[in-house]
Amino acid sequence: MISLDVWMRENPLTYVWFGSYAVALLIFAIEIAMVVHRRKITLQQVRMMHDAGEEE
Amino acid sequence: MAINWFKYSAPTTFYGLAGKMIPWFAFSAAILFAVGLYIGFFIAPMDAQQGEFYRIIFIHVPASMMSMFLYMVMAGYAALGLIFNTRLSAMMASAIAPTGALFTVVSLWTGALWGKPMWGTWWMWDARMTSELILLFLYLGFIALHASIDEPRRADRAAALLAIVGSVNVPIIYFSVKWWNTLHQGATIKFSGTSMHIAMQQAMFTMLAACWLYAIAVALARVRSIILERERNTVWIAELPEVKQ
Repeated sequence: MISLDVWMRENPLTYVWFGSYAVALLIFAIEIAMVVHRRKITLQQVRMMHDAGEEE
Repeated sequence: MAINWFKYSAPTTFYGLAGKMIPWFAFSAAILFAVGLYIGFFIAPMDAQQGEFYRIIFIHVPASMMSMFLYMVMAGYAALGLIFNTRLSAMMASAIAPTGALFTVVSLWTGALWGKPMWGTWWMWDARMTSELILLFLYLGFIALHASIDEPRRADRAAALLAIVGSVNVPIIYFSVKWWNTLHQGATIKFSGTSMHIAMQQAMFTMLAACWLYAIAVALARVRSIILERERNTVWIAELPEVKQ
């Protein structure tokens, strides 16, 4: 823990950038990927349902 | 020219409109994030007391504001759905909740990262931090309660009650630094003015605008999937070009 304290004081911008901004951007990227995935899966399910309905 | 707002409260109309709006919001958000980061890291000067560590506020403050705003917007939509029984309002509330929860996580995470070099600790059971953590639990409770009920309209009503009751926490978060002696500092930007450097203000408000646009884009994209799921048995969904292909 002492080494982390020393490191963050020696590299404040790296600490700020990777610790907060990179993590926040990663969280946003994961959210976007989840939204895109959900849209893809939902569309697939709806298409399959309609295809099954047309075959009957 | 009068705009018929009720027309856009129908999922049938809103689905297409949301699809057209998403690229505009997403593109504007990306540009504003880039501008905000540039001002925050290259133009805004170093703080005399906090050094470079203060630059965390350009994401921490917008994320914290968004976590509270989004909760109020979510509770507002949930209340509209409960009172007027409108389908789209409940869908919007469900679409906003995950984004609000993620902004709360970002707020808590970046707050801890700022607290360590400034206060010497990652976390304190301080009124502001504890009430923000409760906000995260409220978002998670809303999502979990909605997911635990199979019938969507019953899930909407149950989750709406939780959202409305939980909205009492938002003023508690905001006023916690005034009502109690907290480790967390009070508001720097007030209606009466601010002592912040102009470049710091520009970076923070640009990032706040970017966060708003991002949240709108993501919530609209999510609500389109919710509309597809819930309206899958209707004729208009079957007629959509993306479903037909």
